[in-house]
Amino acid sequence: MATEYAFPDNAAKTADAAAQEFQTEKMSLAMGPSHPSTHGVLRLQLELDGEMVTACDPILGYLHRGDEKIAENMTYNQFVPYTDRLDYLAPLANNVAYAIAVEKLANLKVPARCEAIRVICCELARISAHLLGLGAYGIDVGAWSVFLYSFEEREKLYKLFEELTGARFTTSYTRIGGVARDVPEGWNDRVGKFCDQFLPILEEILTLLTRNKIFTDRTQGVGVISKEDAIGYGLTGPNLRGSGVAFDLRKDKPYSGYEQYEFDVPVGTTGDCYDRYLCRGEEMRQSVRIVRQVLKNFPSGSFYAEDAKKIFAPRKDKVLTSMEELINNFMITTEGPQMPAGEVYFEAENPKGALGFFIVSKGGGVPYRMKIRSPSFCNLSILPKVCQGNLVSDVVSILGSLDFVMGECDR
Amino acid sequence: MTAPADVTVALQDKFPAATLRPSGDHPALNLPVAETVAALKYLRDEFAYDFLVDVTAIDNGVDASPRFTVVWHVYSTTGHGYVRIAADCANDENPVAPTVSHIWPTANWHERETYDLLGVKFENHPDLRRILMWDGYPYHPLRKDFPLAGIQTPLPDLEVADLTKASVKPAPMMGGPFVASPGEMNMTDAEPRAKDESWTERREKPASE
Amino acid sequence: MVSANNELAYNTKIEGDIVVTRADAVINWLRSSSVWPMPMGLACCAIELMGVAASRFDIARFGAEVFRFSPRQADCMIVAGTVTYKMAPHVRRIYDQMAEPKWVIAMGACASSGGMYRSYATLQGVDQIVPVDVYISGCPPRPEALLDALIKLQSKIKKEPSANTLLKSA
Repeated sequence: MATEYAFPDNAAKTADAAAQEFQTEKMSLAMGPSHPSTHGVLRLQLELDGEMVTACDPILGYLHRGDEKIAENMTYNQFVPYTDRLDYLAPLANNVAYAIAVEKLANLKVPARCEAIRVICCELARISAHLLGLGAYGIDVGAWSVFLYSFEEREKLYKLFEELTGARFTTSYTRIGGVARDVPEGWNDRVGKFCDQFLPILEEILTLLTRNKIFTDRTQGVGVISKEDAIGYGLTGPNLRGSGVAFDLRKDKPYSGYEQYEFDVPVGTTGDCYDRYLCRGEEMRQSVRIVRQVLKNFPSGSFYAEDAKKIFAPRKDKVLTSMEELINNFMITTEGPQMPAGEVYFEAENPKGALGFFIVSKGGGVPYRMKIRSPSFCNLSILPKVCQGNLVSDVVSILGSLDFVMGECDR
Repeated sequence: MTAPADVTVALQDKFPAATLRPSGDHPALNLPVAETVAALKYLRDEFAYDFLVDVTAIDNGVDASPRFTVVWHVYSTTGHGYVRIAADCANDENPVAPTVSHIWPTANWHERETYDLLGVKFENHPDLRRILMWDGYPYHPLRKDFPLAGIQTPLPDLEVADLTKASVKPAPMMGGPFVASPGEMNMTDAEPRAKDESWTERREKPASE
Repeated sequence: MVSANNELAYNTKIEGDIVVTRADAVINWLRSSSVWPMPMGLACCAIELMGVAASRFDIARFGAEVFRFSPRQADCMIVAGTVTYKMAPHVRRIYDQMAEPKWVIAMGACASSGGMYRSYATLQGVDQIVPVDVYISGCPPRPEALLDALIKLQSKIKKEPSANTLLKSA
């Protein structure tokens, strides 16, 4: 005969009691500042309940070098190398953003050739920065090969940059009123060839991740940022576009001749890590598209504003033979490019987001106050909100997808 | 999209104390510090300036009064325009400004940075502590009376400081940087001078260790 | 001329299966051929460091195979980038956590001497807090410069009196 087995009453009671006595404590974990996945020196003070993050407090400032104070003690041209080291993955883009911001002070218009050179530099820098972002993101989630492929492409870009500017990266290429030197002979053809061979390799690199089950499991649905949050927290760049806001300064407030070129701006739908990754991949394709258009109609002319006598240093042969140029060269080198008094704010669409320079000038060659509005600083501010409720390994995935640079964040 | 001129006119109508601020590019207004939050909220609600780009401050100089001017930049993602709002802080020794972190969460960190580097406190800020310098740092580096080379303080970690006998020393400026000063002045004054000499070959190192 | 510590003297016909040599030569050969770096990648130099680890300027062929992010498993700390005063105590702590024998390479101008950042927040050279073995100049140094520094470090390691140090500590 079947009898119902009756659990003794004690069992239920002891189970309850056991649950009440089994108290858990939250653990405080410091991730960084020396950590392979924090992309530089970022410290995350995580409060964990098991593997779940309940609170996240980013601690910055480990790379704060005092750029803004240094800017008050340097002439405008002397500050260009410091702008290189802001977003050190795309130094040319920072140089261009800074030069355009200072040129706005003087309402200076640079010739079309200079603008075209700057656009090519910005777009190649964008490809370089996104490649590294992808490579680093790949390593963070465990895919080593992506890093090796993307770095090989970056080496090819470095070769082009070295020919143009003299340095692999940290180029210090722009000057107030133009660029440092003209493009070398045949450089345009080499850039064209690079673009032609880059697109198939880009497809190869993206194929490694886009439909990779492990990658999609780690990124889809993780780190979802809503539209309102993205705008409220000041996100810009692919992070903002991944959340569905079509904000691209190259389209909304075109600078340096961007209005002449036709390109699309990828915008995501869900705002998770996967969307941001897809946005970056597509942006690289669009960058190639822009570079090709620039190369097709590459304007001739001068690479600097020739009428800006007190701003751009004159040619060496003129300096050594003519009095006026000698004096101008002397003044520009010792006192700096003479800028009128005033305040300007200019933002450019850098690979990481909108890099802005707020320059307060009281006249003369040295700025009075320079505030650098850094995209990575604002992108990181959403971390406390986005990491809550995620696992620790998701935090790594979110950090990689936000793709920030501490050099820019801390200045 | 309302043209920039309309925005400044509307703001001046609603806030009669607002004055036009000379600006190189975007419409800019000076406001009394107590009305800034209302003005920024008005910009966001009426004119769709939904994006707070930047919050920062300018130190007008040790002798200037008012000494600190807080500057906000807002942007409209639909209308593609910027507006700059500037307000002078009432107190020169302890400058205070209202926070906008309840309207735009991004202001939280920008205001922390302004507090850290310039010492401007933001009332009702949820978490006003240093963000770029370490928590015990006694100075506000971006103020005009703080030298570029820095001032001697102990290292943030006392154990390491004991072990290595290192401390936060003023950087060896060696008489530089030789740069002109900002501002339009006559040529003798504008000559590049040695600024911020911490120590040079002729002047001794400050006593350390 | 056979110099003191780094030649292995071995002749199969005489010694056969037994190698007779100085302990230093063997120990230093082993240590120098597998210097596992701990990358203290702080700023822009870290990008060149990653470039050295990538496929074109492969650092693995010099023995620095894996970049051990854990100091307990690393031999050489490559300080790549600007060290700020806020970061300095952390660099020192990580250096202390490394096991002997350990070396430090200061990569780039910022790590060697503060670089172009003469300001209130930058440590003017990482040698103020850790002892440095090789300095690399450059801003950032080319990957070849880092490889050259690694080779210099290897020749420095080959000259160390390792057997003596081991015996003394035993």
